[in-house]
Amino acid sequence: MNLVWGTWRVVWRDRGGRAGALILATLIVIASIAPSFLPNPRAMPDLGRASLQPPGPGHWLGTDRDNRDVLSRVVHGARVSLAVAAGAVALSVTVGALIGMLAGYAGGWVDTLLMRLVDSAMAVPRLFLLLIMVAIMERIPLPVLIVVLGVTGWFGTSRLVRAEVQRLRTLDFVRAAEALGANRRRIALRHLLPNVVGPLAAATTLAVGDVILLEAGLSFLGLGVQPPTPSWGGMILEAQPYLATAPWTSLAPGIAVVLTVLAVNLVGEALHQGYITGSA
Amino acid sequence: MTWLLRRVASAVVTFLLATTLVFFLMRITPGDPLARLSEDRPMPPEAIADLRARYDLNSPLTSQFTHFLGGILGGNLGASIAQGGRSVNSLIAERLPATLLLGGTALLLNFTFGIWLGVWQARHRGSRADHWLSVLSLAVYATPSFWLGLVLTWLLGVELRLLPTGFMHDPLLPATANAWVRFTDLLRHLLLPAITLSLATIGATARYQRAAMIDALELGCVRTARTKGLSERAVIWRHAWRNALGPMLALFGLWLPLLVAGSVFVEAIFSWPGLGTLAWEAIGTRDYPVIMGAAILVSALVVAGSLIADLLHRLLDPRLGA
Repeated sequence: MNLVWGTWRVVWRDRGGRAGALILATLIVIASIAPSFLPNPRAMPDLGRASLQPPGPGHWLGTDRDNRDVLSRVVHGARVSLAVAAGAVALSVTVGALIGMLAGYAGGWVDTLLMRLVDSAMAVPRLFLLLIMVAIMERIPLPVLIVVLGVTGWFGTSRLVRAEVQRLRTLDFVRAAEALGANRRRIALRHLLPNVVGPLAAATTLAVGDVILLEAGLSFLGLGVQPPTPSWGGMILEAQPYLATAPWTSLAPGIAVVLTVLAVNLVGEALHQGYITGSA
Repeated sequence: MTWLLRRVASAVVTFLLATTLVFFLMRITPGDPLARLSEDRPMPPEAIADLRARYDLNSPLTSQFTHFLGGILGGNLGASIAQGGRSVNSLIAERLPATLLLGGTALLLNFTFGIWLGVWQARHRGSRADHWLSVLSLAVYATPSFWLGLVLTWLLGVELRLLPTGFMHDPLLPATANAWVRFTDLLRHLLLPAITLSLATIGATARYQRAAMIDALELGCVRTARTKGLSERAVIWRHAWRNALGPMLALFGLWLPLLVAGSVFVEAIFSWPGLGTLAWEAIGTRDYPVIMGAAILVSALVVAGSLIADLLHRLLDPRLGA
């Protein structure tokens, strides 16, 4: 609990972090309560009327080519994007922290082997790793998408945790715990982990932004979230032919991506600065 | 010298492991590489068996792998499935120049503007302009390149009709046009995709440069240069900036994968006939040898890029001992 509170204070102290946290909180609230009173994005209302209606009283952000309410789809897209990002990052941070801890604490050939693998995995850009994995799948259900995004995202985290653990393990309090006969598990969980939480929180937050962008990109390529489930990248893909005639169809989801990722990165940046200067 | 040898050896090992990873990732994911071919028109079983044999899908995984690795080491990336067995090498060779032109231009724009902006921000740090420029770089970094490309196309290409929105050349250009006309035509077509590709990373380059420059401005040698009465220009660029160069070289290795990944989207949006478009088409047809070939080429680029960045760092910083 102390850790959560400390992290929160670091974010709130920074002006950018505060702005990011507020935007993000607003987005999460809208994403969780708005669907109850917005029109259902899967239903196709007003089939009799012309599609691609401009923004107006009935549809605040207009309608798309199938005459679905754009605002409602953007909000539902937020739920999908945030859920996918949360799942994928939870997975990648857990794996990254475990592997980093193992490599940093075990040292020797385990460390060499693991870091060699991480180096080579980082030599292939993440987008290509993802493309290789999803390109020949016939269907890409959401859980698979989350796992795929998660298993390609832990390399940087493991390096970060490893470096921190290597720095910490030479410090007196870890030495003291070892001398007192604490076993490895206890040292890892009680002494090392709490001290990596700061940098890890910063990296985790920034990773959420990356995953939202990657998911949007994959969905734009038709390899991410599958229609009719609304996703921001998929909406931009569908809106591509109507850019000049109905700009709201692609502006709305695009701005949603930028705003969300910007808010996440502002928070991440605040954490990063806070923990780097050691004021936390 | 031993340092150099060890660094090169480690780069080679990294590349080989990356290749291995690409191969096994492709094979452990569920899905039949040939499924797409028989999707639209049913194929007789003999034809499928023939294809499986031709693409070496029947032999055990380990022998497939040694075969594949042997091909890579001999510089052969295999054959495309969707494009009737054309070699991936020739497909890539055909598209490489366009990608190098676009990527090179984007890198040039990125470092020119990013370094200049970062130095400017460091000199005016804490000012209102510095603050908003920092927010702006974060915002641009948060913008998906494909969406940015679409918006720029719409604003500059369609609404204002300032620049062409696709392809490398004007198809209506007469065959007799002279070199200058061809060059300016290429330049006009290059502008939008290059801006789109570089914008996202210009902000990030500026952030790194700003941080490195702020540290460098605190150095004793900079204070000495100031007290010697050198011009501000000489102090900033000759004394401070040189000390802030190291982190920028490391960035070069970081940007390469981002630029290549970005080019998949940007080239496709602007119909730029490069590797990105090739990868995009290969995704559409699930042509996995082409995707793998592109991934392997890109990882070779990334490994080489970080090797070059390390070497340059070593050469430029006498403290590390060349």
